[in-house]
Amino acid sequence: MSSMWTTKLRKATVEKFEPQDVLPDDQPSYVASWIYVFGVLTLSSFAIIILSGLILTTRGAIWWHSSNVGHFVNSMHLWSVELFFVFMVVHLWGKFWMAAWRGRRFATWVTGAFCFLASVATGFTGYLIQWDFDSQWIATQAKDGLNSAGIGSFFNTLNTGQAILLHVSLLPLVLTFIVIWHVILVRRNGVVPPLDAKEIAGGAK
Amino acid sequence: MSKERNVDLAKWSGPKRPYDLVKEFVIAFVVVGLLVGAISAIFSSPDEPAVTLQQWANQAPADFVATTAGELAGTTISAAYGPPYNTASEGLNLGPIKIQKWAGVTIPVNPAVDFVTTPLKFSKDPAVPAALAQWNGASSGQQTKWATDYSTAIGKAGDYTKVTASQTYGPVPTMASGLLVLAQSDVLDGLLTTTVTPYPSDFTKPMLFLADGGYFDDLGAKQHLHGDQWGMMNETGSYPGQSWLWLFSLWYQVEPFKSSANADIQIFAFLMLLNLGFIFMPKIPFINRLPRLIPFHRLIWRRYYRENNL
Repeated sequence: MSSMWTTKLRKATVEKFEPQDVLPDDQPSYVASWIYVFGVLTLSSFAIIILSGLILTTRGAIWWHSSNVGHFVNSMHLWSVELFFVFMVVHLWGKFWMAAWRGRRFATWVTGAFCFLASVATGFTGYLIQWDFDSQWIATQAKDGLNSAGIGSFFNTLNTGQAILLHVSLLPLVLTFIVIWHVILVRRNGVVPPLDAKEIAGGAK
Repeated sequence: MSKERNVDLAKWSGPKRPYDLVKEFVIAFVVVGLLVGAISAIFSSPDEPAVTLQQWANQAPADFVATTAGELAGTTISAAYGPPYNTASEGLNLGPIKIQKWAGVTIPVNPAVDFVTTPLKFSKDPAVPAALAQWNGASSGQQTKWATDYSTAIGKAGDYTKVTASQTYGPVPTMASGLLVLAQSDVLDGLLTTTVTPYPSDFTKPMLFLADGGYFDDLGAKQHLHGDQWGMMNETGSYPGQSWLWLFSLWYQVEPFKSSANADIQIFAFLMLLNLGFIFMPKIPFINRLPRLIPFHRLIWRRYYRENNL
């Protein structure tokens, strides 16, 4: 039985978590600061990015240029991205000053860093597919850096068809996967305790 | 193992407080949604129309003709680019590391042929077929001399309309003016994007051609988008753009990168190093001690420290 792949997968995933760990309704008493809100604010703005992006996707790449509703949805997509980065950067700095990588939480930090980098790449491809002057300018400027590193040989910023497929399919999938992984690690390892909590260890309050 | 490590590793056994994660997310989602909606309604988003070759040819015909002559002479950015478009140069390098060259030509672009002579086959100007025949029948050296002489003459006169007709330039003036008419009549935009399929999605050729001219560059400068104006992290108008690229754009503003011919690959490599440092920050000595040395955590966990007299 234990040699079954299904069993191994269940043990490596589902059985690693208690229901209380997946959706806890309490937190350690030290989880009491506004800084903790920025993680969920980042997730909230990410959800709005996805929703507004899905509306733009269903109506086509150039819809927003000819529709007031489309332009508004495009604006929501843009501003949710701007807020997403603001919230994520504050969250990131908060985690840095909390030294939140302590206690086998290094992987949580690394997945968070990859979330940021994947977000930069996804945002960049979004700027390439606006079908306007901004897209033209950014594509012609960015190509030189990417070409110099050999990346331009397989990712052509001037090929809008390639950029739009990357932006609406591959990169959101990658980013969503990393975000889920990051959240799972947070749930599995718990919120990092305060620095110097050792002084009350043995009776950690 | 220290007690500190025990506390960090162990499942928290101290006091807990109720914490409704789902409620927190729903409230955050509604608040952020309303905030995004309000900002969008107030500030909207930029939508500066795309530039076409037709617009370029109509609004800056002198620049268009000068650029066309440059494509034929092999002196434009595209013509001298190197990989991934052609072998005119090796591209940029990082000392002995020539990644751009090693990556090879994967998006073949021959500006003289792709931007000029191939589209000219669709010209309705009766003088163009003979000019094309003369061009195609000439040696490469002769072609370069004609185009270079014409480019030089335009440079001296300041405008192709002020250049006196001369056999010295061969068929180049006829070809350049023929291409100008094609572009002005909105034919060239389509010709450069529909070589594979009539449904274009790849704008490599028209964009490379457009970016070779001064017209497009001037439009970018007016919108504060030049590399020395923090470049592509900006957007048209007064929008924040990709402000998260500040650490990338920063290095283009300072020496030694600012004046380096290999700035693109140097900055790219430097950014990769910084990204590695970011990912592995918890393992970097001193940096990983900063949270202890600069005690912002006392502010974050002030209630915990106060309640536990720490």
